[in-house]
Amino acid sequence: MSASFDFKYHGGAQSAGAEPPLLGIENLFLHIHGRQILHDVSLNIAPGEILAITGESGSGKSLTALATMGLLPDGALTEGHIRLGGKDLLSTPERALCTVRGRKIGMVFQEPMTALNPLARIGDQVAETILTHRAASRAEARLIAAQTLARVGLDPDRIPPSRYPHELSGGQRQRVVIAMAIALKPRLLIADEPTTALDVTTQAQILRLLKTLVCEDGMGLMMITHDLAVVSDLADRIAVMQNGRIIESGPARALFSEMRHPYTRALLSASGHRPTLPAPRPAPPLLKVENALRSYPGRRPSLLAPKAQHQAVRDVSLTLHEGERLGVVGESGCGKSTLARAILGLEPLQGGSIALGGRPVDTPDQRRRIQVVFQDPFGSFNPRHKVGRLVAEPFHLVPDAPKGRSLEEAVAEALTEVGLTPDDAHRHIHAFSGGQRQRIAIARALITRPDIVIFDEAVSALDVRVRARILDLIAELSRRHGLGYLFISHDLSVVRGITDRVLVMREGRIVEEGPTNAVFDNPQHWYTKSLTAAVPILPQPSGGGETDAGHPVP
Amino acid sequence: MKPTLLIGATLTALAFGAALLSFAWTPFDPSAISVPDRFQPPNASHWLGTDHLGRDMLSLVMTGARTSLGVALVAVGIGTGLGVPLGLAAAARHDGWIDQLIMRGNDLVFAFPSLVIAILITAVFGPGAINAIIAIGIFNVPVFARVARGGALPLWRREFILAARTAGKGAARISSEHILPNLASLLIVQGSIQFSLGILAEAGLSYVGLGAQPPVPSLGRMLADAQTMVSLAPHTAIVPGAVIVLTVLGLNLLGDGLRDRLDPRLTRAPA
Repeated sequence: MSASFDFKYHGGAQSAGAEPPLLGIENLFLHIHGRQILHDVSLNIAPGEILAITGESGSGKSLTALATMGLLPDGALTEGHIRLGGKDLLSTPERALCTVRGRKIGMVFQEPMTALNPLARIGDQVAETILTHRAASRAEARLIAAQTLARVGLDPDRIPPSRYPHELSGGQRQRVVIAMAIALKPRLLIADEPTTALDVTTQAQILRLLKTLVCEDGMGLMMITHDLAVVSDLADRIAVMQNGRIIESGPARALFSEMRHPYTRALLSASGHRPTLPAPRPAPPLLKVENALRSYPGRRPSLLAPKAQHQAVRDVSLTLHEGERLGVVGESGCGKSTLARAILGLEPLQGGSIALGGRPVDTPDQRRRIQVVFQDPFGSFNPRHKVGRLVAEPFHLVPDAPKGRSLEEAVAEALTEVGLTPDDAHRHIHAFSGGQRQRIAIARALITRPDIVIFDEAVSALDVRVRARILDLIAELSRRHGLGYLFISHDLSVVRGITDRVLVMREGRIVEEGPTNAVFDNPQHWYTKSLTAAVPILPQPSGGGETDAGHPVP
Repeated sequence: MKPTLLIGATLTALAFGAALLSFAWTPFDPSAISVPDRFQPPNASHWLGTDHLGRDMLSLVMTGARTSLGVALVAVGIGTGLGVPLGLAAAARHDGWIDQLIMRGNDLVFAFPSLVIAILITAVFGPGAINAIIAIGIFNVPVFARVARGGALPLWRREFILAARTAGKGAARISSEHILPNLASLLIVQGSIQFSLGILAEAGLSYVGLGAQPPVPSLGRMLADAQTMVSLAPHTAIVPGAVIVLTVLGLNLLGDGLRDRLDPRLTRAPA
């Protein structure tokens, strides 16, 4: 794999004999403002090797990458060594580090929307990396930039370097970010959650691209990701981090087949977790959406032309039966969230109808029957209010809402129902973790005893183990109260475990629907096929007798 | 606490403290004229000297600060009281006709040179502190309306507002319960800046004789009185000038420091 790698940098520092690693992190300790963040982290990356660092949020995986780049926040104190080709980066002064960043180490960030300058052409942004390091003249830099963009799959005939970032899709922008990182053929590429913000089909393409580039250039790749399925597809070696320590590392296949550390096993089993749902039973229809149409005024094609209409939801019809668990899947921008908001009565429709139990959703009592849990556990609460007030907010829809003592009891009951304690009502929202906040969001949705809850990407922002527990909670609520819900997600494996029936949306239309397992096992529409094919597959732990990776869906 | 915030808070507290103290006590009666004592430089009995009528400068500055701060405070109050609800209403009906009406009305007020309008108001209704308050207050309204609208618009797209709408709450209720508390820091910072601008505006109006009328002391009029005697007794101009500068500086530093402390972008929970 690394046969073509030209090892000419820092030849003097190498000892004869065994090939030294490209990147060697030895006993790295990191304190930020006195808090210990990394504890005795040691890693090696050989040329042409892909090392994946995985773990939950707060495990220190991103800070390991930032330490390697020398981009730690203020107040950071490090001990240990980070050697790139024999040179210790931690003892290198900032000025000298600037010649390393971009030239010897390239970095790909998570969010392609914010990693690019919206006012600069993509070719110029790639050329900027080259010019900053004075690696070539302006004309040559342009040429290299154009070649690099072509290399990352941006065909110059279709997407010339003169385009601006806003003219590209998310995946194309991530390709530009990758082009910037590899323009000078760095020896090490660091990718921090490079596909987390992307759709599943785009993710597959970007992962394939990264793998090809690493092979061709003999770069080392340090890949930070929380997604074990991505890791197992891509990495040669894996390091699992927890609380700032590497708890297990080794070659990918061996690590997944042995799973020595219980934490690794817990992560894997949570990643493929399927909650136990009660068997679906026939029930009368409850929510009926017929030929729903929602369009937004878009840009005027020319100065005097009428505004173009962007149709977010086109002619969508669906039925949700009592107690039914219905999934909606599709990539970002397919209209699934707009559909959810229309059902909640937050967006007007331009055509079609939505009826709950035969009547439109316009009175407070009708609206009480549909509640919602949003994606962002940090954005869906007013930070200035206490939990008790936040949870009780939907009581606004109930004419004789409980007050005083009975209100407190209702809040306490709702909090207990989702696994929190009544005392939590008196705390502020910032005292809770992401998973706890999502429980509070569910408590808020349940307090008016709705017939339907809409989960709009409700578990997408959570770590896998937390996600597994929230999914169990949802399944438990479904069992206990016969709760029906609309579960909207881009994550096919989650939808598969938590729904009976699924709708596949693309460009505002429903392209396929049917029982969840049947649709995913035997997709009919080409789009569903491409979605299911792109989903990275979790490794199956073999041997070891650990078979709790997932319960079969009844 | 950062030094800017500390200095700002100290200067502001000094100005307010002196103004409040003047209600109860001043070293001398600020209106007591004693021509033989005129133009005394700062000395042991008159710490800041005396003016052209022999009045004690320290007492004058204290009561003058009272006028300046009072005018600016009420003017900022008018600005917030009218501007913030207008801004919130415009944000709640974003792109609707109410938004257009309010914001174009704001543009209209902004388009007039403020001092000229203030002169117009005082010319029509006669000079005086009350008319100065109204004139300065009117020009604070669009500032607060814009700040409130600009701060409210991104909040309206947040999920907790969607959650409140799902709970059936109307625009007015959401604005007062959810939007306003999250704008508080923004408005406090803007308020401190408008306050210092208000002091400058009051001093300017009084200087040209359109603000507080004698015998009500005012920093601006002290400057106007001193102007012909600057070469004779420079302290009569320096003292009120320095008080204005230090108060405005203090308020600006306080606003800056508060912005660093309360900026919603800095205090937002990590995503």
